[in-house]
Amino acid sequence: MGKRRVARGERRAREFEAFVAGAGGRLLHAATLLTGEPPDRCEAAERLLTAALAGTYANWDQLRGEDPYERTRQELAARFAHTAWRHRLPGPPARGLLAQLTPRERLVLVLRLYEGVAEEVTAATLGLPADRVRAICARAISTMRARSHDETGATAKPPRTAPAAPATPTTPAVPATPAAPAAPVTPAVPIAPPAPPTPAGHSVGGPVS
Amino acid sequence: MSSWDRREDEVRELLDAQPQPVVPWDLAARAAVRGQRAMRRRRAVHLAVWAVLLAALITFTVWAALTEPWAASPRTTTPPLEGW
Repeated sequence: MGKRRVARGERRAREFEAFVAGAGGRLLHAATLLTGEPPDRCEAAERLLTAALAGTYANWDQLRGEDPYERTRQELAARFAHTAWRHRLPGPPARGLLAQLTPRERLVLVLRLYEGVAEEVTAATLGLPADRVRAICARAISTMRARSHDETGATAKPPRTAPAAPATPTTPAVPATPAAPAAPVTPAVPIAPPAPPTPAGHSVGGPVS
Repeated sequence: MSSWDRREDEVRELLDAQPQPVVPWDLAARAAVRGQRAMRRRRAVHLAVWAVLLAALITFTVWAALTEPWAASPRTTTPPLEGW
């Protein structure tokens, strides 16, 4: 009994180490994008990833064929959503690529584009309706493109100056929650979208058509 | 639709083009230590819950065997004597 447990622990440690050696870089990159830190100073991202990996390690024996990478990603997203208020305003010295987005926009952007998670899966993970995920993603993409255009100097029609619709606040909270699937993961509700950079007007249908 | 895809690709390239952060050499070890601690804690909690349940079961069994609450309580008065 004791011997078997020791053997299992050793096997788990070996497998876990191999997993981290293989996936650690990509996961840390994703965590750095989430926290909005620059890649050379990413203490918060490291802390976040360590906690998520510890959760994966603790559940390693219960994975039963599930992909540990997916599991860690879910854990990472859930933990980030829980602690997002800490990452809302990174100080001026610690500004990464996505620092100007809200934590929720960062989360959606990283899951959808960087990790390539399907829209429905992202929505279920975050406990949001799929429409809302699409809208957040569109807004984040517009902000990022405007920024990259600003930086390169090529000011070719920044989408931020789209004709602002009659002050419709960016799809507020979507009352049609029945569309939301039962989502046990606590969504990132406490994040009030500060949204000063994107005044409004990026409605969902606009960029799609 | 294609323009929308192009925008997505543009941002995706922007994300991928970022320099990769250096993974600290002891990341796996630190996570493993923390995970082990979580496992131990969880096992201890499980053990404690089972111990409490078992103790409650034993206590109830002993109490029931001693007091036999299902047995009818003995009469406190004798029945009236009639038919003499």
